[in-house]
Amino acid sequence: MKILVCISNVPDTTTKIKFAEGNNSIDTTGIQWVINPWDELSLTRALELKDDAVNGIKAVTVIHVGTAASEPTIRKALAIGADDAIRVNAVSSDAWFVAYQIAEVAKKEQFDLIICGIESSDFNGSAVGGMISEFLGIPSVSAVSSIKFENGQPVMIREIDGGKEVVTVPAPFVAIVQKGIAKEPRIAAMRGIMIARSKPVKLIEPVAVDPLTQIVELEKPAPRAACKFVDADNPVQLLDLLQNEAKVI
Amino acid sequence: MSVLVYTENWDGKFKKFSFELVSYATGVAKMLNTVVTAVSIGKVDESELSKLGNYGATKIISINNEQLAVFDSQSYTSVIAEISVIENASVIIISNNNTGKAIAPRLSVRLKAGLGSGISRLPLSLEPFTVYKRTYSGNAFAHLVIRSDIKILTLAQNSFELVETPANAIIENLNPSVDGSLLKTVLKDVQKQSGKVLLTDADIVVSGGRGMKSPDNWPPLVELATLLGAATACSRPVSDEGWRPHEEHTGQTGKIIAPNLYIAVGISGATQHLAGISSSKYIVAINSDKDAPIFQAAQYGIVGDAMKVLPKLVEAVKEIRK
Ligand SMILES: Cc1cc2nc3c(=O)[nH]c(=O)nc-3n(C[C@H](O)[C@H](O)[C@H](O)COP(=O)(O)OP(=O)(O)OC[C@H]3O[C@@H](n4cnc5c(N)ncnc54)[C@H](O)[C@@H]3O)c2cc1C
Repeated sequence: MKILVCISNVPDTTTKIKFAEGNNSIDTTGIQWVINPWDELSLTRALELKDDAVNGIKAVTVIHVGTAASEPTIRKALAIGADDAIRVNAVSSDAWFVAYQIAEVAKKEQFDLIICGIESSDFNGSAVGGMISEFLGIPSVSAVSSIKFENGQPVMIREIDGGKEVVTVPAPFVAIVQKGIAKEPRIAAMRGIMIARSKPVKLIEPVAVDPLTQIVELEKPAPRAACKFVDADNPVQLLDLLQNEAKVI
Repeated sequence: MSVLVYTENWDGKFKKFSFELVSYATGVAKMLNTVVTAVSIGKVDESELSKLGNYGATKIISINNEQLAVFDSQSYTSVIAEISVIENASVIIISNNNTGKAIAPRLSVRLKAGLGSGISRLPLSLEPFTVYKRTYSGNAFAHLVIRSDIKILTLAQNSFELVETPANAIIENLNPSVDGSLLKTVLKDVQKQSGKVLLTDADIVVSGGRGMKSPDNWPPLVELATLLGAATACSRPVSDEGWRPHEEHTGQTGKIIAPNLYIAVGISGATQHLAGISSSKYIVAINSDKDAPIFQAAQYGIVGDAMKVLPKLVEAVKEIRK
């Protein structure tokens, strides 16, 4: 069995976002780039599944659509434990474009399981995983908070509004994962960092396809009014404000 | 041409969010000078279905097919795609909850329709078709141009006011053929949470952070939530420690919510926490540190020890509710 983990390269989650000239992209000076938090957890879970020999997982491959600038993020994934990596050499213009490229690769290299995070922390699109599955015409299970194999069959827990469902689908399939999928992201050990340098990163040129969407402008969220402080001994005043000013209780 | 809106049901009932979706679809349809068709999949009776008409849907297509009893993203996509073709839909509106996130991207590929997700306003313009979407986990909003003929939008919960637009809706029962080979999802078990206000539905949320010190200190927070008809939530370290259940974790890596009121108790207000709650209409912070970043996100604040403030707040709520 082979697993493909899709990796997005995003600004560190504490980054103060500033816009570049033209206000349609962010100013990348000084930004620390990291593996999208969900994808880091996906990778961790894929490696845990591989560690358990019973599952018979031969390889965990990571794929990223991006330019050479994301190379450190790919190396980090390899250092954490991925066996090899694929980079589709293109600017990731929109979810449609990215999913299209990944699906093209997946058509050629049979993966039994493709894992995507529920969203990337930059574009918040929640789109790539579902799109890949539809391009490939295979099942997808969304909002997956647990995945394991029982007698070779995938058993997943998916979150629904107000509960959980335990489901299974036949492979190959796409799992779109969220909180719970792994406890803590696996950290690269020194040895991992050393070996990562010699692990293969396959470079693939993109298939020509037009994106369907484009960000033309970015704006900051509307500034919030300054905080009104209420004396700790006078919570009634807070309730009064919530009732009569904000009108929310 | 039409605007199609998919309205999910929960045990045969719609939620406020369903009506927000129809209200939004009606707003978009007005801009486009066209009508709204709502699609419902599952067993929903006529009186419930007709409620969608109160918000502007002129046609309600109801599909009650046993084969679709278990949610399967592939077959639901097929059914909605088929109807959108019949209805000649130019814009398709879906929720951005878990179900919507499962369907929308598949539908996007099926119909070669650009997807705008997490939309919180009516389109900014029609030519080019531009929508307003959350990006950078709430730290920025994008004007996103969708260039395809058909557009799919997922609407953020509690971002669009209900607008009553009574329409004489016709209800059409449809039984489209479901391709059995697409029905791949097998349901093995269901665990439903009952009796509690769901975090994703709640108008008010009371949330505790590490400043609550110990899981034993939660009773006054829970009592406050009960009195306010609120859901309870927590920060990530709190659920990581096992003080509170994982379903309560809000933030970048937890649930993203947008209640009318979010009360943060003993929460510092880290960027990753704010990513999940910054769309709340009002934020109240209770924190012993007057410099805690949460006060920059909050409209109302109390500087003080949560253990002392919470019981007083509980008493005060009891007093005004008398
Ligand atoms: C990739 C990534 C993703 C993350 N995702 C999330 C996420 O989804 N959600 C999330 O919450 N965090 C997330 N975090 C963690 C985040 O960075 C913070 O560590 C976390 O939010 C802090 O939780 P806290 O506010 O409860 O605790 P702390 O930061 O420890 O804050 C406790 C607060 O309580 C106050 N306090 C102490 N005693 C009292 C008292 N007696 N009365 C009143 N106030 C008191 C303190 O002044 C302080 O402000 C993420 C981190 C990373 C790196």
